[in-house]
Amino acid sequence: MPKQTFVLNGRTVTVDVHPDVRVLWVLRDLLGVTGPKYGCGINVCKACTSHINGRAFNPCSVRVGDLEATDEVTTIEGLPDTVGADLHPMQQAWLDRDVAQCGYCQPGQIMAAVALVRKVRREGRSITDADLDGIRNICRCGTYTRIREAIAQGERSM
Amino acid sequence: MTGLTRARWAGMTTDLGAASLGRRAFVGYVIGGTTLVAAADLVPAPAHAVPGTPQPAEAYDLNDMLTEAAMPTANLITVTVHEDGTASFELPRMEVGQGVTTSTAMLIAEELDIPLAKVRVTLADARPELVWNQLTGGSNTTISTYTPIRVAAAVAKGALLEAAAVQLGDTVANLVARGGVVQAPDGRSVTYGELARAAASRTTRRVDVRLKDAADFRVVGTGQPRIDARDAVTGRKRYATDLQVDGALPTMVCRAPTLNGTPTRLRNQRQVLAMPGVTDVALVDTGVAVRAETFGQCIDAVRAMDVDWADGPVAGESDKDIVAELRAAEQPLPPLPDNPLAETVELDVVFYFRSNSAMDTNSAIADVRDGKAEIWSGLKSPITAQERIAEELGLSPDAVTVHVVQGGGSFGRRLFFDGALEAAKVSQAMGKPVKLMWHRADDARVGRAHPMATSRVRAVHAGGEVLAFQQAHTSVETDYRHGLGELMSSMAADLPAGLGNQGFAQTVFALTQEVPYDFGAISQSLVETDDRFNTGSMRNIYSPDVRAAGELAVDQLAAAMGTDPYEFRRAQLRNDRVRAVLDKVAEVGRWGRPMPAGTAQGIAIHKEYKGTSACLVEIDCRPRQTERDIPHGVGGPRVTKVVFAVDVGLVVNPRGLEAQMQGGINDGIALALTSSLHLRDGHFLEASWDNYFYTRQWNTPPEVEVVVMPSDSDQPGGAGEAGVAATFAAVACAYARAVGEVPTYFPVNHRDPLRFRPKPTVPPIPQSPTNGLKKTW
Repeated sequence: MPKQTFVLNGRTVTVDVHPDVRVLWVLRDLLGVTGPKYGCGINVCKACTSHINGRAFNPCSVRVGDLEATDEVTTIEGLPDTVGADLHPMQQAWLDRDVAQCGYCQPGQIMAAVALVRKVRREGRSITDADLDGIRNICRCGTYTRIREAIAQGERSM
Repeated sequence: MTGLTRARWAGMTTDLGAASLGRRAFVGYVIGGTTLVAAADLVPAPAHAVPGTPQPAEAYDLNDMLTEAAMPTANLITVTVHEDGTASFELPRMEVGQGVTTSTAMLIAEELDIPLAKVRVTLADARPELVWNQLTGGSNTTISTYTPIRVAAAVAKGALLEAAAVQLGDTVANLVARGGVVQAPDGRSVTYGELARAAASRTTRRVDVRLKDAADFRVVGTGQPRIDARDAVTGRKRYATDLQVDGALPTMVCRAPTLNGTPTRLRNQRQVLAMPGVTDVALVDTGVAVRAETFGQCIDAVRAMDVDWADGPVAGESDKDIVAELRAAEQPLPPLPDNPLAETVELDVVFYFRSNSAMDTNSAIADVRDGKAEIWSGLKSPITAQERIAEELGLSPDAVTVHVVQGGGSFGRRLFFDGALEAAKVSQAMGKPVKLMWHRADDARVGRAHPMATSRVRAVHAGGEVLAFQQAHTSVETDYRHGLGELMSSMAADLPAGLGNQGFAQTVFALTQEVPYDFGAISQSLVETDDRFNTGSMRNIYSPDVRAAGELAVDQLAAAMGTDPYEFRRAQLRNDRVRAVLDKVAEVGRWGRPMPAGTAQGIAIHKEYKGTSACLVEIDCRPRQTERDIPHGVGGPRVTKVVFAVDVGLVVNPRGLEAQMQGGINDGIALALTSSLHLRDGHFLEASWDNYFYTRQWNTPPEVEVVVMPSDSDQPGGAGEAGVAATFAAVACAYARAVGEVPTYFPVNHRDPLRFRPKPTVPPIPQSPTNGLKKTW
């Protein structure tokens, strides 16, 4: 079995798995990293949203064989370490606004929110209503109102 | 676990109709053992007056029925206090996001006088001895457990105080318990943790308790964050597929191209077994199962399967066939006395199939080996699940252990146990543990749906008064074969020819539906037909559809009489609590403010689950909204503002209640505008979230205000479903006013050209893309 190597939440991992297996299953089924959730498997629900080299990506739609050994994958579990704290400011905003209901989509929502803040900062601007309208992560509990409030707070404190 | 005291609740000494002081006096038990275990008692059930008002639900509603069904076994619910000073409680209900673990912890913290953080609430395994007391539905959890849990906690506190009196050499009356510490007047103190063992009783003994007066509440009624919020935002919260059970490898099922078709043969079994990662395949009645090292390899295998299928029962049929079937099943509205001066308003609306698919698909872990079965799944009727799974596997129920796992949403779907039952069958067939997960496409197409229905309304008015209001609801069958949570009522619901289920449907309809207006002769009726679909109670069951049609008719009545929709409702309402929420949304939402053409306000009310609600919305149907270009989604009209007022009686957690209303608002918007399943040629087309258009960020209202009404009630009402019906109705009314035409079907976009290319049914699930690295952002 070919070996697949990448950096996961700051540590290099090597997995024996066929290169065609999508990263989501490598994380969840082989490495036991279950923060990224399965919601569709076709990159439309965004429940598995994580970061690769600091940018949002969806591990359900990436072959593990396409990762480079130096690619840094960050899941919700590794997000606090990126700021050297127990919680990332966006997670804290989520707690302050008590956003989660069932909670299933929320790791993906938070990872998307962090990526959105980084994106608008790269573009030298702040988050607009249009940016919020454009978030594709679905929440079937309908927590959208508090998600919008939490992102505003998280942006301020990031 | 070496804990301290366990307490239980037992017989209620006064009936519910007694003075409020009497409602605080109860009997409970300190259960014998080395830990403090306290329990409560609520029997006998209170007597109720015979319904004498026009509609049954006004006098005795679904929640009265569910609450009374739970009472005889309420004394089997126990609170345990441990030597580390914490209290624990195994809730015999399911947490699916509605917040019952948090509100339950609040009740225990309140009555026991310990910090909320020291209360641990977990979900109880299936406990058949609870009979009707382990069903999560009808927004009934807080209503039915509010008193038993408090009594059990109060019993525990009483035992702790008695033990403290011995240790501190004082009388119970002189002691004060606060924050998990008991203090004597001289300043000496002892903690609950230190008392836990001493407070335990060697034998079970009966005690009288008096519950805390609501005026002394410090926790109940304050907004508290969810107790599982930190786990949720750190990825530590575990759902069924996150659990690691030895040997339970990923498993998926290849399903038929027609709804509920069955497999006859897997033609290429050898080839499938040779695929990377695949360990087993097995034919079960619902399809062909495959077990592999990863779910990705399961997807590959399902897609490679060459299966012979027998058609399902709706093969070849489409939406229009089912509409025609409903039309044929409709009963004429009852004749009314001839009145030459009367005018009639009539309305006829079709509601298409809708999906209650949650983010967390139907999934379960099952280990069926050596004459035993162990199941882990998100289950709202775990006793029924345990008993039905035992029956299917040929085991006795006590050989089947069912663990209830928190679910990633339910919206009624987890009343059934389709995933758990299927996982058990697959595990038995393979002789190995399995972690079964439904693919999203299966969850969307084969999972439980809200049945298609028609609703006809006829209202007669003369001389400025409404003389009669008739509503006839005709629906594809709503499946209630989960019964009241155990096998006996489940089998009663499963009587041949749909007779048993019809009885359940009529009961639920009669105990939930109500027209709270002074509309003269009011009648609401239900006819259900066709048991071929996978249906179930979707959040708020009949009410969203019935209210949407009903409130559209109310708007038409107001127009026919030349009055304002708000003023008309206000004048006709016969319930002060409904009028209060209506007035509140009209005031906060500035009812009647000038709106540009193509936009409008809508207002609607609802009364159910011991509560009242009203919703005011503003909608924008102008082209700049409806013509928004949303890739892989629909824009359509946008609800730009929602004001929602809710009176549920006593509120345990206003922050949680507000969250439930916010979620229900998005459900109501989806039902009105965007979300439905299209039946075409024997299967539903929608296979994922880029087909099924539940409300998304681009459709959610930028402005949402929820007003929780103050209440002097000492009884809580239901929250989990209360946000949906009034919102759906208000959006429907606003849409009709904005476009100048009353819709004849919902959602309003159902007959538009499809906004997606349907995914194939062979193979039944789509392959995961590989271009994710090109889509980073």
